[in-house]
Amino acid sequence: MNTPSLDSLGLWLRGTSVYRSIVRHGSTETNRNRSLIVFENLFLHVHPVKVREKTLRFKHTYWLGGITIVCLVVLVATGVPLMFYYHPSVPQAYQDMKELKYVVDNGIFLRNLHRWGAHLMVFGAFLHMLRVFYHGAYQPPRQFNWVVGVFLLVLTLFLSYTGYLLPWDQLAFWGVSVGTNMAREAPVIGDKLRFFLLGGNAVSENALLRFYVLHCVVLPVVLFMFLGVHIWRIRKDGGVKGPSEDAPDVFHEDEP
Amino acid sequence: MSALPPLSPVESNDPVEVPRRVALVRPDARPSIRRSSDKFVMAYPHLIIREVILFQVVVIFLTIMALIFNAPLEGIANPVETPNPAKAPWYFLGMQELLHYFPPFVAGVLIPGLVVVALAVIPYARINLTAGPLWKGSDEKKTTLAVAGVASVLVLFFGGFQCWAAAVPTAAVAGAMFMARGGSNGGRWKQAMARLTLPQWIMTWFVVLATVLTIIGTYFRGPGWSFVWPWTRMVHS
Repeated sequence: MNTPSLDSLGLWLRGTSVYRSIVRHGSTETNRNRSLIVFENLFLHVHPVKVREKTLRFKHTYWLGGITIVCLVVLVATGVPLMFYYHPSVPQAYQDMKELKYVVDNGIFLRNLHRWGAHLMVFGAFLHMLRVFYHGAYQPPRQFNWVVGVFLLVLTLFLSYTGYLLPWDQLAFWGVSVGTNMAREAPVIGDKLRFFLLGGNAVSENALLRFYVLHCVVLPVVLFMFLGVHIWRIRKDGGVKGPSEDAPDVFHEDEP
Repeated sequence: MSALPPLSPVESNDPVEVPRRVALVRPDARPSIRRSSDKFVMAYPHLIIREVILFQVVVIFLTIMALIFNAPLEGIANPVETPNPAKAPWYFLGMQELLHYFPPFVAGVLIPGLVVVALAVIPYARINLTAGPLWKGSDEKKTTLAVAGVASVLVLFFGGFQCWAAAVPTAAVAGAMFMARGGSNGGRWKQAMARLTLPQWIMTWFVVLATVLTIIGTYFRGPGWSFVWPWTRMVHS
């Protein structure tokens, strides 16, 4: 009797009618199947089926946009469990930080991962912007995607900033106070804008609740919408563009 | 057996009935239909395996960071006890540093607003029509005058507000722009500088300024936003 190997188990699994109802394409290594893997999968179909080989080189993009997206995935994956342990109220918010450190299993690790992931995401987004700029990748036909990218950068900063208040320690309170005092200087609407942001005239429990809702619901939803457009447009605009010397793009904008 | 009803013209495969259309592709057409001589590879596995590796590398890096360094946590928020100095998150410290020199409206609203607008309109502002390096193929005398003029106005402006943290880097970038002239015969760095276009020089100026201001705001500012050395800062806190 043959001992069943893992390979034959996999082969049997892929032949079952349940598996075939989920994944319709075959499993043999053909280019047709490789195409189907990409465009029959909701999560992979943001990719084109074929990509230029040179765009895979490290120096083409330095993978900076990718690093930023991985950070976003890590932030969602750690942010949701953190919400289980967090109450956006005073002084419970601060107590929850202590509980994360001393009571919750691996709570401090979860918080650290969220914190450093956030810093890396802001930093990665900045560097990604600079890479795109110095490679001239904002030029036609990618103008609009650059603008979407600027929105994403601003959203990333807002996300990081609203998250900064949530631990409700001195660092958070005064960091946010300094920032929202600047909002007051906006002409005409300054005071109203600040009141709207904080739910009062100073950083208080209302501000904590507003920042919490912005941080966990409003801003992530908006960010994901813009991110969807951003990634979709990469494909529609002809793929990622690297250093100009190996990708001569000639445009005739002045032609009618 | 009756014959199938004739296909409507739309579904017909007969080239006489439905002639094949020929499209004229203009140079500014959608990039995805432009011809290219580049070599293509399948996204699966070539791209996707790289994305998986990237994911793992970043997650491992963050895990190590999270195991070694703890996120900061100070005492509970206290509205009546203002820490000195009270600092914003690091990415806003360049702005907070500007607040030290300029009125709040300029540092907190005008300059950040202009930066965001300037970034957003980059692809639509065709300020460098020749799209070539700054000095190459341009009127050197005109370029010299323009660079010297704009740089002196900026340095005088920042100097007038005693904002040396911005004036000195501005002068340095202007100096680098002049050094780039004829740099195509120089070393590696000079050659790289000689290739920079005007928009790239402007961005470089912005990046240098933002970096210097952020580093000063983060490491060189103590009580009352006075200048301190990073190693003495620890004593105060």
